[in-house]
Amino acid sequence: MTDESPGAVLADATPGQDDVLVRVENLVKYFPVRTSGMVRRTVGNVQAVDGVSLAIPRGRTVGLVGETGSGKSTLARCIAGLIPITSGKVIFDGSDITNLSRRQMIPFRREIQMIFQDPYGSLNPRRRVGAIIGDPFAIHKTVTSGERKRAVQDLMERVGLNPEHYNRFPAEFSGGQRQRIGVARALALRPRLIICDEPVSALDVSIQAQVLNLLADLQKDYGLTYLFIAHDLEVVRHVSDSVSVMYLGRIAEAGPKGLVYDTPRHPYTAALLSAAPAADPDAAASRQRIILTGDIPSPIDPPSGCRFHPRCPKAQDLCGQQEPPLEAKAGDAATHVTACHFPVEAGEDLAAASRR
Amino acid sequence: MALLEVENLTVSFTTADGVVRAVRGVSFAVDSGQTLGIVGESGSGKTVLTQTLLALTPGADITGKAMFDGTDLLQLSEDQMRRVRGSQISVIFQDPLTSLHPLYRVGWQIAEMIRAHDKSVTKKQAADQSVDLLRRVGIPHPEQRVSDYPHQFSGGMRQRAMIAMALALSPKMIIADEPTTALDATVQAQILDLLLNLQRDMGTALIMITHDLGVVADIAENVLVMYAGRAAEKGSKRNIFYEPHHPYTKGLLESIPNSSVAAERLRPIPGTPPSLINLPSGCKFHPRCAYVMDQCVTAEPELHQIGEDASHTSACWLPAATAGVGGEAEHLREQTVREGRTGAAAEVAETIAASPEVES
Repeated sequence: MTDESPGAVLADATPGQDDVLVRVENLVKYFPVRTSGMVRRTVGNVQAVDGVSLAIPRGRTVGLVGETGSGKSTLARCIAGLIPITSGKVIFDGSDITNLSRRQMIPFRREIQMIFQDPYGSLNPRRRVGAIIGDPFAIHKTVTSGERKRAVQDLMERVGLNPEHYNRFPAEFSGGQRQRIGVARALALRPRLIICDEPVSALDVSIQAQVLNLLADLQKDYGLTYLFIAHDLEVVRHVSDSVSVMYLGRIAEAGPKGLVYDTPRHPYTAALLSAAPAADPDAAASRQRIILTGDIPSPIDPPSGCRFHPRCPKAQDLCGQQEPPLEAKAGDAATHVTACHFPVEAGEDLAAASRR
Repeated sequence: MALLEVENLTVSFTTADGVVRAVRGVSFAVDSGQTLGIVGESGSGKTVLTQTLLALTPGADITGKAMFDGTDLLQLSEDQMRRVRGSQISVIFQDPLTSLHPLYRVGWQIAEMIRAHDKSVTKKQAADQSVDLLRRVGIPHPEQRVSDYPHQFSGGMRQRAMIAMALALSPKMIIADEPTTALDATVQAQILDLLLNLQRDMGTALIMITHDLGVVADIAENVLVMYAGRAAEKGSKRNIFYEPHHPYTKGLLESIPNSSVAAERLRPIPGTPPSLINLPSGCKFHPRCAYVMDQCVTAEPELHQIGEDASHTSACWLPAATAGVGGEAEHLREQTVREGRTGAAAEVAETIAASPEVES
């Protein structure tokens, strides 16, 4: 999953229609803000996702990074069909699955599964683990009730749980083991796409590595496609083939992992990378941090033009007036796209600019 | 004598399920202007350790000594302790939303703390001071923000407000318990930057409790690695990151995804941390340790010196020469283990090798 040979990058450059499992086109998700009281007038919209396009190649991992409030989890829920979409399209393996009815969505639910962040909140504490993992079988009737226990125990073994613990409750498992239960449940219907929403951020580092290895093994064995959401940049770098950076509902920069991490062109990506703590004292001492001022603005009333301009060390007048298109910048590979009027050049010292 | 010297501190709690031995004989020292990073997994005792210093662990059985500026914190009465908390030692907690009262204005909460410690300060003076403090921690428009409620602040601003409160009485020491864990990377960078600058300006001692080795690499000078209520390894930051001796320290460093090591697979520590009620025999890490030897199963190692630097110590039976991450150190470790593993340890090693985390 960390194939970075030039050939692989080129192959990514022209993913044929058949190589893409999920295509998201100009997806918009607004949550209306209503007044309280009897007549609930809509007074605005939380523009959680505002025109995002994304292609997830079959058998690959696309990483999605961004701060709290960037809209990455909303995007994931839209793709999984858990919430209706305001406009835009989600195409899964050639079929348009945008806002399908419950009944129409059923066959696709089997193909798209999610693993959630919180291994404590996402498992019903009153139900036994065997029943939790076996639910997908019962709902989709893919396994008869007589064979269900056996199928669940096979799954438990596959994700590194003791199959004899079939009758235990979630409270009897540690955080890492609970996340394995979540993985087993997501795997039950042999989906093609698994959306991992911060699957390891609640776990200790030693346990986090166990779960990441498990996800990598499963991808290899079953040819799974992952959309991997995390705020930990090193984790995303480890698991992803390509990365999209979101800021305030839009994609700021996207491309093959190596290009985005080694030569970030969007000042926000550069700031995010410089802010991530490195577990190496020498690297930490020599690094020039780009300190962003302020917080991410409200998605109810996002800034005009480039949404990052009020916090950007490179912002000029144009940035506040005109929204930059997401496109490959001069000298970049066609797959490496950036939405910025004044992209970061090689060797540029943004850290100094940020301390002005 | 250092500002804070903790000696052989043990903390245990009696519960219906048995005695929870949260901290078992930990010693460390922090001096003014210094930063000590305490790292460890959930349940390693790092939070209990520091809360005990401020008598925030009611019902605990505590032994040992904690000399702060000449007085033993563990011997103070509740009244005396109240005068230490906030004015001598202050704490910044992990979750800034639950540490602020939701129904009182932020400025009022800061002012109230100032007045609680010094009755001669008028309300007006305290309110002015709150504005100054908010300005110092980088809150924009502090004159207006001081009358906001906590929910009107973002996560980063709440943590800044907590830092303002911690600074209000110019304490000699600040204990920051996972202060940036709930925050995004860019905000975390802002907060760490702020803490370091304030520390430099005021010469405060800082104890930074975290599970994030990146944060430690960034701001600590000395590091204490805790496992199951005990110090596994202590030393300068460079000792810990570049010459780790304890297999647990090594394991922690290796489990982090790291771009400079182009490893396909991560190398996690197998298994899970032990229950503090029912601790394993011998070295508490032995059921997860790739280098388990016979003596590890039966006897718990004490901290001993590693290398020339007297401050670098590790509680592991492996010889001091095995410190480091290079191939030579690894070779020496393997050789030692081959000789030291016969009966019981061989069995443990087999169990570890069969655990799901170490396949392939």
